[in-house]
Amino acid sequence: MASSTKPSSKPSSKRFKSSKNGAGGSEGLDESGVAANIDHLHLFRQMFLIRQFELACGENYSNGMIRGFLHLYVGQEATGVGAISALRDDDYIVSHYRDHGHALARGVDVNRSMAELFGRATGTSKGKGGSMHIFDAAKRFMGGHAIVAGQMPLAAGLALAQQYEKTDGLTICFFGDGSTNQGIYHETMNLAAVWKLPVLFFLENNMYGMGSSIERVRAGGIDFYPGMSTYEIPAAEVDGMDVLAVREATETAVARIRAGAGPQFIEAKTFRFVGHSLADGQKYRGQKEVKEWEQRDPINTFPALLIKKGMATQKQIEEIKARVDEEVAEAVEFAERSPEPDPSEIDTDILA
Amino acid sequence: MAEIVLREALKRGLEEALDNDPRIFMMGEDIGEYGGAYAVTDGFLKKYGPERIKDTPISEQAFLGAGIGAAAAGLRPIVEFMSMSFTLVAFDQIVNMAANIRYMSGGQISVPMVIRAPTGAGVQLGATHSQSFETWLAEVPGMKVVCPSTPYDALGLLRSAIKDDNPVFMAEPALLYGAKGEVPDEYYDIEIGKADVTREGSDVTLVSYGYGMRPLNEAADRLSAKGVSVEVIDLRSLSPLDITTVVSSVQKTYKLVVVDNARRTGGIMAEVAAEVQERASEWLDGPIMRVGSDDVPWPYNRGLEREVLTDADDILRAVEYGFGL
Repeated sequence: MASSTKPSSKPSSKRFKSSKNGAGGSEGLDESGVAANIDHLHLFRQMFLIRQFELACGENYSNGMIRGFLHLYVGQEATGVGAISALRDDDYIVSHYRDHGHALARGVDVNRSMAELFGRATGTSKGKGGSMHIFDAAKRFMGGHAIVAGQMPLAAGLALAQQYEKTDGLTICFFGDGSTNQGIYHETMNLAAVWKLPVLFFLENNMYGMGSSIERVRAGGIDFYPGMSTYEIPAAEVDGMDVLAVREATETAVARIRAGAGPQFIEAKTFRFVGHSLADGQKYRGQKEVKEWEQRDPINTFPALLIKKGMATQKQIEEIKARVDEEVAEAVEFAERSPEPDPSEIDTDILA
Repeated sequence: MAEIVLREALKRGLEEALDNDPRIFMMGEDIGEYGGAYAVTDGFLKKYGPERIKDTPISEQAFLGAGIGAAAAGLRPIVEFMSMSFTLVAFDQIVNMAANIRYMSGGQISVPMVIRAPTGAGVQLGATHSQSFETWLAEVPGMKVVCPSTPYDALGLLRSAIKDDNPVFMAEPALLYGAKGEVPDEYYDIEIGKADVTREGSDVTLVSYGYGMRPLNEAADRLSAKGVSVEVIDLRSLSPLDITTVVSSVQKTYKLVVVDNARRTGGIMAEVAAEVQERASEWLDGPIMRVGSDDVPWPYNRGLEREVLTDADDILRAVEYGFGL
């Protein structure tokens, strides 16, 4: 397997350097022991919630309770949690088909999210959307979207409305490396740049578009952020396995957008430890590569760092884990006992 | 009441919308500085400014998609395509996003957006600029599709489309931008989903919409001159489709000819014929006759294009073949 998709055993800020005008990465905690305004345990709690939610989804896919396509966010938790933790409640979030993690990081109800995957009436979309289409308009979570890169102009349009109404709100648009070969990706980058829209393009580069490694489908290597100079969009690269680095990079980009600088771009290098979907046997990559990335699993490395720095105790971590496990078990139970949608729901919600 | 051309009717509808609702803005290729490919928005940029009259890059997917996002956030965009054929580039956004997002969000997201596009053949633009894909979009749940044939209908339908909280696609027959008609000064609008019986008769029902109404009206005139009493229906809306009005007419005339300016196969008139057959077969005195343009790519050459286009002679032949009238 291509060596370039190996993680560095220890991410350094040199490797994750920023481009011109870009936000820098970080090693997580600075020498002084980190800014006090970050609730580190909350960040860990969210990442762990996503991990356990996803593992529960996997189990319930295997036992037939969840059907269709199921794309898990396992391994990528630090990107979504770090980025979304830097946003305000009035910012919009647009996601792709691997959307559970973003939804949970935004605070979309865990029970209703699980119920949506079970296709139940209590689901976020009343069972009409499924895994790839989680929505919570009240939380400005504007959907998982399942046509690769199709969500990008939606994000530009939400940002256009924020600009039109002269707010300082912004829209974050998550997309994967697979999106970058779609024409609409380039169209949207240009449109956002030429109109100076308040949108943060957030690339979750997990090195594979389904079963295709970047090298096999892209001329120009595994780094996307340098190409943003084409659109004059300031771009930064960040270690997507480092939740604090992601948060910091996002804060920097967000501050620029709110100040009227127009679109910004962040590329987080990350990795999914599981297949593209539950139907994926991962014939296209070796387990060695997966194992190497797993060494940097934020679910393990982040609490270890907090304990080492004296910012959390093992007991606190264990307590969080126990509470999250209960919460996820309860969500599965909630989904299981929720009713199927009534047949009368078939032809509602089509037209306003 | 004044006689104006269809382009002016559209212009009036757009201006009053822009005047009355600050959430309304327009986007499209060359609608600003240039004034619009068909001059519908001529002068708008000066009057409303660049924030509300947005010239876009040639990026149909991105600007149509941005319209969806702006609508989802509570604005009311009006998006113009330069040609119906160019909508193909943005079909993913129109269908997968604009039309589906309400359903797949369980009703949480609305897309109050009007999409306008010139449609149809007849001005020698060749295969890629002459197509009538409003018939494809009529199949898609979650959106509405209208197509006017007169300045009166253009203004009335546009007003309703702008008020609607759903995506509404307005196909504007390119050959009719200069067509004249009476338009009242006082406000009116036309309910989307209601066909118009434009001429009452008892011997045969002729149905079309958009530019198809022109050969159809000519055929009706010629039949009337022969003493045939013709009922004429303009669908005006392809989705929702007002099949009830067509069925009521068939129950009076017992004969139906459906006429499409678009290609004959797989068009909206196949749907009309199937619906009428299911609902009113016992009322039919003969076959439902279907007339449409030839199933070929649109040719450039003037003579060839005219041959392919539906005309009054085609309709009269169908009436004679089907009913001996």
